[in-house]
Amino acid sequence: MDASPLLKVEDLVLYFRTTRGVVQAVDKVNLCLEDNHAIVIVGESGCGKSSLAKAILRLLPKNVQSYQGKVFLDQVDIMAMNDEEFRKNVRWQWLSMVPQAAMNSLNPVLTIGDQVTEPFILHTSASKAEALLQAKKMFDYVGIPESFLYRYTFELSGGMRQRSAIAMSLITMPKLIVLDEPTSALDVLTQANIFNMLKRLKQELAISFILITHDIATSSEIADSVAVMYAGQIVEINNATRFFIEPLHPYSRKLMDSVPRLHGDKEPDFIVGRPPSLVNLPTGCRFKDRCPDRFGKCSHEPPMTLAKDHLVKCWLYEV
Amino acid sequence: MPLNVKNTPVSIAVSSAASLTKDNNSRTLLSVQDLRVWFELRKFGFGHAGFVHAVDGVSFDLHHGETIGLVGESGCGKTSLMKTILALYRPTGGKILFEGEDISRMDKKALKRYRPKIGYIQQDPYGAMAPFMNVQRILEEPMMDNHIKDRNERYERIRNSLEEVKVTPIEDFLQKFPHQLSGGQQQRIVIARSLLLRPSFIVADEPVSMLDASVRVEILRLLRSIQEKRHLAVIYVTHDLSTVRYFSRRIFVMYAGHIVEKALVSDLLNHPAHPYTQALLLATSEPDGANARVFKEIPPGEPPNLINPPAGCRFHPRCPKTIQNLCGNEMPPEFELGSEHKVKCWLYR
Repeated sequence: MDASPLLKVEDLVLYFRTTRGVVQAVDKVNLCLEDNHAIVIVGESGCGKSSLAKAILRLLPKNVQSYQGKVFLDQVDIMAMNDEEFRKNVRWQWLSMVPQAAMNSLNPVLTIGDQVTEPFILHTSASKAEALLQAKKMFDYVGIPESFLYRYTFELSGGMRQRSAIAMSLITMPKLIVLDEPTSALDVLTQANIFNMLKRLKQELAISFILITHDIATSSEIADSVAVMYAGQIVEINNATRFFIEPLHPYSRKLMDSVPRLHGDKEPDFIVGRPPSLVNLPTGCRFKDRCPDRFGKCSHEPPMTLAKDHLVKCWLYEV
Repeated sequence: MPLNVKNTPVSIAVSSAASLTKDNNSRTLLSVQDLRVWFELRKFGFGHAGFVHAVDGVSFDLHHGETIGLVGESGCGKTSLMKTILALYRPTGGKILFEGEDISRMDKKALKRYRPKIGYIQQDPYGAMAPFMNVQRILEEPMMDNHIKDRNERYERIRNSLEEVKVTPIEDFLQKFPHQLSGGQQQRIVIARSLLLRPSFIVADEPVSMLDASVRVEILRLLRSIQEKRHLAVIYVTHDLSTVRYFSRRIFVMYAGHIVEKALVSDLLNHPAHPYTQALLLATSEPDGANARVFKEIPPGEPPNLINPPAGCRFHPRCPKTIQNLCGNEMPPEFELGSEHKVKCWLYR
């Protein structure tokens, strides 16, 4: 690992209070992200991926029961900051987010330009004209004609709206962008174009990405490393090249097997059973009820072990 | 493995030849001939302002027990085409013959007889079920509408179809409401509902696009086994090429209101002919760590506006292989590359 990673998450916990009990959405997550690196967080819906993103950005709802751990951004502990400091100095300055279904998160009664420039004006106290200039630069990067700044969202296609949302997340030049399912509602060609654009951004602006998705096949388009999340925990962190060939955790292997492929004659397989409820989690390994390789030890919680240079939370790889 | 038997392109030559002979013997179930579905645009509520050419000259035949995958991007007209086949829209021109009868000329009574013969699996299972009805009510509704008056028979059919989609034990589910079910279970209920009236033909509109990857495969396999057991004809509508091959014998690729390529699954995946199909295949990712290091050559731009579609081939403004003075002027006819491989592209003239 790099001596000074861009982002370091240590034992991050985020629990929600609900009428059914405490939802353990993020449970002691450790994560490390280097500069100009893209990490993909994959997992089934309801495994806590989006909550993890929100916990890193501290975009929390009111019913938080517990929110603790450490998050270092360029060696500064951002969890120690109060909300106002965090808002002023971290959000948008260091990290920004493209929310899920970003194309529907734009305000319909403002022009694209008004929304895209807003964070820039607020965070750098630039004038409107300067902000528009910056927005035009960002539109260049994401491949939208400048004239679109003066249009309203309904005049844009889904792909264009998604690009505008990405342009907005770029406008303050953060070091790290969190993308939550950036292409899941888009067409195949648009999807491929957006990933081309993200790759270019990563090369030219040296930005880091956290990409949250359930679509493993398209996630490979940008991933440098892959983190697999299951029932609120990260069960494997692996280098992308290795992960797509040889995933380690039994859950990752099953997940990879379920991906339909265009070529080859391997039949995709499904994972029997359902992920556990985050309110009522099983003791020991959380995947054990669905795991084909379970054995006696699985009733105790496995530690994160280093196996074949990669981190995996499974007793099979115990040294 | 119920999913695999006929359609995966493992041995290309053998499987396609075998299914060919089989098909020549079978009767045509559905025949769509030069179908046009246009929607009129109005200015201020009246006054003609043009047409949206959602489906523009589509022809194909579907045989008994055959599965077709219809692939296309959003806005290409695939849902309009399906809804016209389901007799929810009236065609602007052309014919749809179902067992020899033209459904566009049917009156209300005839339509009432036609509709039970086709099943419809909606894209969003939660949106497709009334939230205030329990599973039993949801499943009884179509039978009550179609004069199955005997209570015991209704119950028997519900039991059978729920067992067929493996929602068991059924007593646990009958009294549940849609929001109490998981996404996979909801989709199973919708599939069960489509089977209740014993249709011979099913339209499945993106049946798995809202589901998680692991559940997706499970539902696809289920559909496949039901299709085989009941010998159903299925049109499987999707935008995801990678799932089609596990489900259908032929693939149609639709772009801007036209079907631009028709081929057997293996031909289409291994030898795509139309530049649009080629782009679609290229854009579909396979999980591979090397992807992150290469840029894909994807045609820029977006599908055309269907109010004023481009003259000639509708893909020519984005096409990397445009032929000067031809593609932009004249609409390409359907060229035959093989007995079951047809493509609308001037490259093959």
